[in-house]
Amino acid sequence: MKKIEKKLLFKMLRIRNIEQAIADNYKFQKMRCPVHLSIGQEAPAVGIMENLRKNDKIVTAHRSHAHYLAKGGNLNSMIAELHGKSSGCAKGKGGSMHLIDLEAGVSAAVPIVGSTIPIGVGISWNMKLRKMKNIVVIFFGDGATEEGVFLESLDFASLHSLPVLFVCENNHFSVYSPLSNRQSKKRDIIKIAKAIGISGSKIHGNDVLSIYKKSKKIINNIKRNTKPHILLLDTFRHLEHCGPNNDNHLNYRSKNYIRKWLDNCPIQNLKKKLLRNKFVTHAQIKNYENKISNEIKFAFKYANISKFPEKKYLLKNIYA
Amino acid sequence: MLEKRIITFANAINEGLEQIMQKDKNVIVMGLGVDDPGGVFGTTKDLIKKFPKDRVFDMPTSENAFTGFAIGLAISGKKPIISHQRVEFSLLSMEQIINQASKWFYMSGGKVPVPMVIRLIVGRGWGQGPQHSQSLEVLFSHIPGLKVVCPATPFEAKGMLIESIKDKNPVIFFEHRWLHLTKGYVPKKMYSIPLNGPRLMKKGGDITIISFSYMLIECLTVSKILSDNNIKAEVMNINVLNPLNIKKINNSVRKTKKVIIVDNGWKNYGIGSEIFTRLFENFKKNKIICERMGIANSPIPSTISLSKFSYPTKFSIIKKIEQIFKKKIIIKKKYFSKIPSDQPDKNFLGPF
Repeated sequence: MKKIEKKLLFKMLRIRNIEQAIADNYKFQKMRCPVHLSIGQEAPAVGIMENLRKNDKIVTAHRSHAHYLAKGGNLNSMIAELHGKSSGCAKGKGGSMHLIDLEAGVSAAVPIVGSTIPIGVGISWNMKLRKMKNIVVIFFGDGATEEGVFLESLDFASLHSLPVLFVCENNHFSVYSPLSNRQSKKRDIIKIAKAIGISGSKIHGNDVLSIYKKSKKIINNIKRNTKPHILLLDTFRHLEHCGPNNDNHLNYRSKNYIRKWLDNCPIQNLKKKLLRNKFVTHAQIKNYENKISNEIKFAFKYANISKFPEKKYLLKNIYA
Repeated sequence: MLEKRIITFANAINEGLEQIMQKDKNVIVMGLGVDDPGGVFGTTKDLIKKFPKDRVFDMPTSENAFTGFAIGLAISGKKPIISHQRVEFSLLSMEQIINQASKWFYMSGGKVPVPMVIRLIVGRGWGQGPQHSQSLEVLFSHIPGLKVVCPATPFEAKGMLIESIKDKNPVIFFEHRWLHLTKGYVPKKMYSIPLNGPRLMKKGGDITIISFSYMLIECLTVSKILSDNNIKAEVMNINVLNPLNIKKINNSVRKTKKVIIVDNGWKNYGIGSEIFTRLFENFKKNKIICERMGIANSPIPSTISLSKFSYPTKFSIIKKIEQIFKKKIIIKKKYFSKIPSDQPDKNFLGPF
């Protein structure tokens, strides 16, 4: 377990520092695309992905960097994509909101809320038709559960008993709109899923160990019984909905709420625990940080020296 | 001489589906009622008896989601064919079609094609009204990444359906409900017709008539009437609306200098508008006469007393051509039918 815990810490730290580097470099205006940073929401991605194999697939939404990285998506191609370069994972045609790495099993990310939910169900349907032993994990936010396709997709996954894990990361805000403006207080997506025939569970979204342990069981169950499951994870984004800045001065989230969640940072919590148990030393953490920092430096350099796609690529790849 | 094999458009679709499903086990048919006794106006009839249950899927009434399921299947190796009993139901899935399916190949930098077919049926007549008789071909033709195909004959229906399924792109496949009943020569064997644009239906040097889908059938009748009047019309069937191959049209118009475009849908912002513009861009310096027609600019009402004014007819098309040639065109008696305008033939008595 010690080894896993250290790995989880390293992976979360890596995502955090990569995202921070994107935020820090954003002002240079070389990454000319919207970015929805994952800072604060690293735990669900890291905890769940640790239990997936390469051939398991994920689909995700606008806030996808953590998912992409945790599933093993290539960092250099991601940073190059943000820079609009032809060495990017979508050759510069997708940007931050369309990360893809087929080798790592990152099938898709799209910013239209809820859109990848049925597509993920379709991929998992094919896995079942082909009698494969893999699963699809679909990541989405609390806003996506308000879309019709969410319920339509749950229904079909239940009806055909598909190997799919629905993961709702609830950060309580859709851009600036609080849950209270959008959903009845009585609304409970686990109960909704249960009524449709899908089992569900709630785990604290900042507790990576608990996410790792519980999702391990859940994923094993899905693989064994080919039955869908839904996970609800409450969490918190540190920065603004879209962009590199903190927007706490806008006061759409109360000071108490922000303080409570900042005091419950997934990375700080795990770091403290591992230091306390002497599972890890300050020097080791420093070591992690250096390693990550070198990786980031290389990725930004790679993006900078990569070429922009030539004009002729505007009209290429419209049809296969 | 051997008799040519004559079957209906609907049977041609059914036969095409069966043959391609036999050939390629990745082909899956899905949609509301594809396995029911009616079988989408006979087009999917009995497939459920001929193929395993995991090839023919009835769907929940969740058009947007099941279009997403189909995309998921397509990007992971299957070739799904969705059937909607009317175009209008696909409007619930425009998000998946326009944002996702059409752009997936492009926005993945050419990594992930989406080989799928969406069959859309255009209704007409018998009082089907505003939401069961729209011709929305243009809506889809506007979107880069979608192929839009609209066969007009049983021969085209089978050949182009098979080609659409072999195609690696999302193909929107339009079938006009009134064409389902038409009959024509269809080879028994499996064959495909390339999706490479207008098909020359009739050669002539006096005027180019351009149309597609059901309205093309009306135009073929018009060309016969013109022939009786010593006007030789060249009839072009734009059976692929997107991507539009304008070359063949240019060549024809270069010869005839006169062109009439009869849209299957609304005239405003229609296919006619697009072709008209492209011709204008091409023939700037050479004078050509260009006219366009289409459905009147209103929702299509249910009552026959109004809907009979919605659609262009052979008579209104002839009238337009009289203006182009500045001469009277005689229409023989046999072209005046007693069938009411809300029926394609005397056998079609609804309900839909």
